[in-house]
Amino acid sequence: MEGRRGVIAMLNLLVGVAMGLNLLALGCSRLPSLIRTVATQGMVLGLMPLLLEIHRLDWRITLVAVATVAGKGLVIPGLLRRAMRAANIEREVQPFIGLMPSVLLGAGGTILAVALAGALPLLPEHAELLLVPGALASVLTGFILLIGRSKAISQVCGYLVLENGIYLFGLLLIKATPLLVEAGVLLDLTVGIFVLGIIIDRIQRAFDSLDTRKLTSLHE
Amino acid sequence: MTALLLIIIPLAGAFLAALWPDNKSRPWFLPAVGSLHAALCFRLLLAPPRVSPEAWVGFDPLAAAVLPAVSLLFAVCGFYAVPYLQMREERPNRVFVGSLLAVLGLLSAGHQARHLGILWIATEAVTLAAVPLLHFNNTPRAFEATWKYLLVGGTGIALSLLGSFCLGYSSLHGGGEGDLTFVSLMAQGAGLSRPWVLASWVLLLVGYGTKMGLSPMHTWKPDAYGEASGIVGAILAGGVTSVAFTAILRIRSVINAAGESHMADRTLLAIGLFSMVVAALFLLGTRDYKRMLAYSSIEHMGILSLGAALGPLGTWAALFHVWSNSLTKGAIFLSAGNIRRASGSPSLDDVRGMSHVVPRSSAIFVAGLFATTTCPPFAPFFSELKILGAALQTEHGAAAAGFLACLLFAFFGLSRVVFAVVDGRPHPRAKSAGHAFRESFGFIAPPLLLLAISLWLGLFPPKILHSTWSAAVAQLFPG
Repeated sequence: MEGRRGVIAMLNLLVGVAMGLNLLALGCSRLPSLIRTVATQGMVLGLMPLLLEIHRLDWRITLVAVATVAGKGLVIPGLLRRAMRAANIEREVQPFIGLMPSVLLGAGGTILAVALAGALPLLPEHAELLLVPGALASVLTGFILLIGRSKAISQVCGYLVLENGIYLFGLLLIKATPLLVEAGVLLDLTVGIFVLGIIIDRIQRAFDSLDTRKLTSLHE
Repeated sequence: MTALLLIIIPLAGAFLAALWPDNKSRPWFLPAVGSLHAALCFRLLLAPPRVSPEAWVGFDPLAAAVLPAVSLLFAVCGFYAVPYLQMREERPNRVFVGSLLAVLGLLSAGHQARHLGILWIATEAVTLAAVPLLHFNNTPRAFEATWKYLLVGGTGIALSLLGSFCLGYSSLHGGGEGDLTFVSLMAQGAGLSRPWVLASWVLLLVGYGTKMGLSPMHTWKPDAYGEASGIVGAILAGGVTSVAFTAILRIRSVINAAGESHMADRTLLAIGLFSMVVAALFLLGTRDYKRMLAYSSIEHMGILSLGAALGPLGTWAALFHVWSNSLTKGAIFLSAGNIRRASGSPSLDDVRGMSHVVPRSSAIFVAGLFATTTCPPFAPFFSELKILGAALQTEHGAAAAGFLACLLFAFFGLSRVVFAVVDGRPHPRAKSAGHAFRESFGFIAPPLLLLAISLWLGLFPPKILHSTWSAAVAQLFPG
């Protein structure tokens, strides 16, 4: 019982770190630091399944953890850095929504997430965990980044944060329906295709700045 | 086992096509695999296999009610793809053919998925497999369209995973063991935790609605359809959207069982009518005949959603409309592709008088216009009439009036664009480009065949289809 309490405290601490990283990501003014923040969040998330099932570890859960740390923490950030170099773009994130308003929106979103999570009933063994508010806060942060940033790479980071939120939620189901949770890896693949798209496109053509504001030739 | 073959054969075909060395003969994989798939599919339709309740994948009545239409559309488009890809020899087609076949296999998996997780995996995989298809033309405009497709579609698919998690948790919270087949979720019924069911319905409707192209999540559609080649547009509009629709139907049956059918019906009705209104407004304004097709597709997705909102009767009509819309849309997309090739532009600013340059394609384009805007005796007229009947029988008079008004405005918008393309004196540039494009048999027969099937479905609808749609409705609305 004492051990279980310690594990929950540790998990909640990690969820708190992930939520803090959300706000940090919203406040990043330069792409490399944004990528680093998102990569750190990915690594933090990767540790959680190990902690959550610390007494019942099996190869499947270990595999999820390893794949998460490798995918979200190493491979995708590496690809993003490569894309940034290939595209040779300026390092500023160039927000639509300013940095300070984004952080305030993110903080508001976090409060909203906690309130929303209160309306959703949890099983007794999940009652003390902060996974649901953490998940909702990350999803909202992801949306703010997706909508509020103009550079393709920062939008990809926004998508990653959104996906991290979904992953956090999935941890509640990891024991009951591991298949559904493991399927979330496909979202990482989506991100991979995003980034590869940027790299391939750079190689094939001289694109000016990879600013999605310039992707406007298709309209009514 | 045969049900699995529907998935395995196209995927194996995709693998072989990717290894095939010759660029010129590779496109033949498409009609070959497509025909085999269609033959198998119709065999299963005529002799439905027994599907065990706990199966994760199976050719159940709902799959039988929709998948053959997709398979038929794919096979016909496959025959069109051969001359199309041979004409475009300059582009390597290894990735294109492989991806298109993979899309067919994954669509079969999605239609036959009887498990929440498998359904999501298949839909996500289809989304990813379609990326190279959109990027085939390799122009900056195609890159832009692909980017928007991935960003909007990717977000939608991510939300549908979150919704699937919520539905899974509602089952867990209600005492479930983590069995996420639709059968067991429906059996749990009122035992599902209510707040989680509501959350999951919102997220899943937004998520799969994005894939279907319901408004306001439709923003990727005009760009993607506008830039993709005709054959890709036909498969996306007729196949990929229908897998998202069956996903929504399957999930709706769980929501019904949980006792929230009223809320589900209301949201489907609202989102369906909203899509129709948005599509009708944009149809009145667009000056690009390929984007016009996208808005028309959004309109028809709205019709499907509206039909699904109207209980068993409306759902039956919506399943009919999946067939009539898929096949009719296929004809109009392929003929629009011919016109696009011959004119060199998708915009009304440069294109006119195409009936002098490509008379046969123009004739099919005009016939397709009438078919898709609900003129008898084509199939969409009859399926939409059934939906109207369902609306009146379930006392949704206002919805029926809105439905008819949107159809009228959509007709104005579509006919304005289509006749601007067909009538008048050809643009001088189009004349020279038109000489490079010959309306050979391979470019004309497939859209003509699709139009003929649409006519046949309207005039002499086969009994077997009626009974299959009824069986699917019985599966979705037990008791």
